[in-house]
Amino acid sequence: MLEIRNLTKAFGGLTAVNDVTTTVERGKVNAIIGPNGAGKSTFFNLIAGSVPPTSGQIILRDRNITGFGAARVANLGVARTFQTTALFDAATVFDNLVVGHRLRTGSGLFDVLVNSARLVREEALCRRKALEALEFVGLGHVRDRLAADITQEQRRRVAFALAFATQPELVLLDEPAGGLNPDETIRISDLIRKFVDHGITVCLIEHKMNMIMNIADKIMVLNYGERIAEGAPQAIRANPAVIDAYLGADHAEA
Amino acid sequence: MKISTAKVGWLLLLVAGAAFPFVAGNDYHLTVMSTAYVFAIATLGLNLITGYTGQFNLAHSAFMAVGAYTVGILTVDHGVPFWVAFILSGVVPTALGFFVGALSLRLKGHYFSIFTLCIGVIISLVIERWESMTHGAVGIIGIPKPPGLDGFFFDSPKSLYFLTFAALVIATLVMRMIVNSLVGRTFMAIRNGEELAEALGIDLMRNKLLAFLISVFYAGMAGGLYAGFVRFIGPGLADVSHTFDMTMYMLVGGLGTLVGPLFGAIAVPWLTQYLQFLQEYRFIVFGPVLVALVIFVPDGIVGTWRTWRARRSRPADLVADEPTQVAVSTEARRA
Amino acid sequence: MESFLQQLLAGLTLGCIYCLVALGLTLVYGILHVPNFAHGAFYMAGAFIAFHLVNSYGFNYWLAMLGAAGAVAFIAAFSERLVFHSLRNATGLHPMIAAIGMLLFLEAAAQAIWGADYHRLQSPYTGLLELGGVTLPSQRLLIIVAAFGLVAALHLFLTRTALGSTIIATAQNREGAQLVGINPNLVSMLTFAISGCLAAVAASLYAPINLIHPAMGNLVITKAFVIIILGGMGSVPGAILGGLVIGFAESFGGFYISPDYQDVVAFVLLVAILSLRPQGLLARRAR
Repeated sequence: MLEIRNLTKAFGGLTAVNDVTTTVERGKVNAIIGPNGAGKSTFFNLIAGSVPPTSGQIILRDRNITGFGAARVANLGVARTFQTTALFDAATVFDNLVVGHRLRTGSGLFDVLVNSARLVREEALCRRKALEALEFVGLGHVRDRLAADITQEQRRRVAFALAFATQPELVLLDEPAGGLNPDETIRISDLIRKFVDHGITVCLIEHKMNMIMNIADKIMVLNYGERIAEGAPQAIRANPAVIDAYLGADHAEA
Repeated sequence: MKISTAKVGWLLLLVAGAAFPFVAGNDYHLTVMSTAYVFAIATLGLNLITGYTGQFNLAHSAFMAVGAYTVGILTVDHGVPFWVAFILSGVVPTALGFFVGALSLRLKGHYFSIFTLCIGVIISLVIERWESMTHGAVGIIGIPKPPGLDGFFFDSPKSLYFLTFAALVIATLVMRMIVNSLVGRTFMAIRNGEELAEALGIDLMRNKLLAFLISVFYAGMAGGLYAGFVRFIGPGLADVSHTFDMTMYMLVGGLGTLVGPLFGAIAVPWLTQYLQFLQEYRFIVFGPVLVALVIFVPDGIVGTWRTWRARRSRPADLVADEPTQVAVSTEARRA
Repeated sequence: MESFLQQLLAGLTLGCIYCLVALGLTLVYGILHVPNFAHGAFYMAGAFIAFHLVNSYGFNYWLAMLGAAGAVAFIAAFSERLVFHSLRNATGLHPMIAAIGMLLFLEAAAQAIWGADYHRLQSPYTGLLELGGVTLPSQRLLIIVAAFGLVAALHLFLTRTALGSTIIATAQNREGAQLVGINPNLVSMLTFAISGCLAAVAASLYAPINLIHPAMGNLVITKAFVIIILGGMGSVPGAILGGLVIGFAESFGGFYISPDYQDVVAFVLLVAILSLRPQGLLARRAR
């Protein structure tokens, strides 16, 4: 699905991501793990297009998307969530989601001024998709609640719903279980599995090891910006380089 | 089919506006209201780029002045018919706005505001110093009356009232269509969090520019209307203090709502009228009021009411006429 | 050649004033991360208070300047406590609008007290000095000397004293500073007070050459913003360099190109530079 070749990002003197080559496999849950500061978020930003790489290539479904901006990458079917769940608090949950499908529509100012058939159709489509996304993440019952009034876990689900509404083929989840208790973590894991069941490839960054071991099909390990290991969960678990990288770090969730 | 409460509200406002001349005390009241309407149109424009798209354009009144001067220069110095000049009063600032927008919208947050502040100052200074074109500090006088049909002219307070009122109604209708549409939602997404908006596939530059151009168009048309209404204009129209006035209107009413700025644009001038003695010193009161508003009622009157209503009403009642996105999540902003 | 030197001097004078104003502005931005639009009002208030002290109470020029600096420092610190402190967590437009509200209030208050007319602040240094064939108005020389002295003092304060270091620390990382026991609120007020001082002194120095009126801060503050954007918001050397550059650019531009459009020079420069380099001249952003 996504091929990354020799991807490097340097910020002045600091090389955050160093010559990383890997693949994100279609239809699977791909996990990226590593100690703090390993470059995982930068790696995500590179793939999502928020940050241009210093060198290297990103190939999405045989198309070179290196250097494409975030909006363009999103249009090509890559959705992402952020560590802080950025929602619009004074709007209802439903209202927050309507704009999620906007990228698949083409109506512009002219359509608005003449109230074209296209606009009517596309607005209905966006609302439909918003509802679908809401049902998908299991939040149909809070659709008219203000976004300020829902729980942390529900906010996380809404972020997932937004990503779902963009009709993606690949979704990048940045620490989806951050700040959630064990029960909530399990529910989020189930939701992530649901993405894959619907044919959407998942790539996530996480720190919670038991969650990763449970749902990941493939894991890549970063340390100091370099890929130090890649493979199935059991292999990673036993990999001495990985254990070495984490040794000394206070890993309460392991 | 049940008509939503929002539509009923708009209808009531329409009726009230149409009936106003017949209940107003005297011509002076009509003039005050008409002036308020003209600035309300400009405020609607500012509200689009600032309240809905999150970019604080401090050159807004300068664009309004460009529109006014377009009408002034064309009609007085070149004998162009009023309504032709009026159309151009929207076009010329928009053309200028295209270049300003393309340059300035690449800047984020404060840089954009300061940049536009400087642009506004440049425009203001050029208007004042370029005497051969703009008549300099003297201004332009003797702008012709807007003509109607059959030799009728809009020069009585009543006729001018209806002219400005009609303009405001049209301006509001169009703005409402924009703001309630997918295009409007796109603007709001940008305001609420540019990073997230980009991740949702929204082209930031293109959409910001579109919002900017629409807002400048509104400013220009308001300026053109102002020229035909007051019939003399000076460089002071471009001064940033007018932008501050309009910002005040938006804040009082509620940034990022549609009714809010309208409410503010009409309520505040009337308040100033009642505090007549304050006319030049209005900011002794308004300054602290602005500060207090921003600290205690950041969503404005309409905004706060909206949120309160949304919280306590039952879901079935939320036949939202416009998206209820009025404020910004602090998390979204910090991200 | 002589006129060139004259313009050089005029540019240096202007540049020094801009430096002082921009310094205060950039210090505050470094702490608050909000552009303080009310800074121009501090400048104006400084001039008016000095004027008032000289005219109504017969203070001498220096005491009046000192008094103005103190008074404006107090106003600035007070406005920080009252307004910006409450808005420290707000984002978006609201802090900017609050600053604008204060600006409007101070301007209107000045107008209410002293009227909208122009006034002149008298300085005892009205003489001329002859140096190598160039006529130097003493006031201009005074401005240059005073400005350099003040900037040097500020630099020493920021880098050599404990209090100064707390300001720098808070500017770099507010939470971190708090964790090591620095009181960020106190630092904010202190920074505001300093910025007020600088503005008031600049205004008092410049007022004898220019006239004072309630709107005098507007143009100056807009140029100060240009300076700190070009020099990098929060950067002290940037403010100094930028101030001098703008001062010279205006002076030479006004003389050799067109006196009418002298004020436009700074803004045209900003537009030109930001169009090519949206992050400013000296700013080095790592991301």
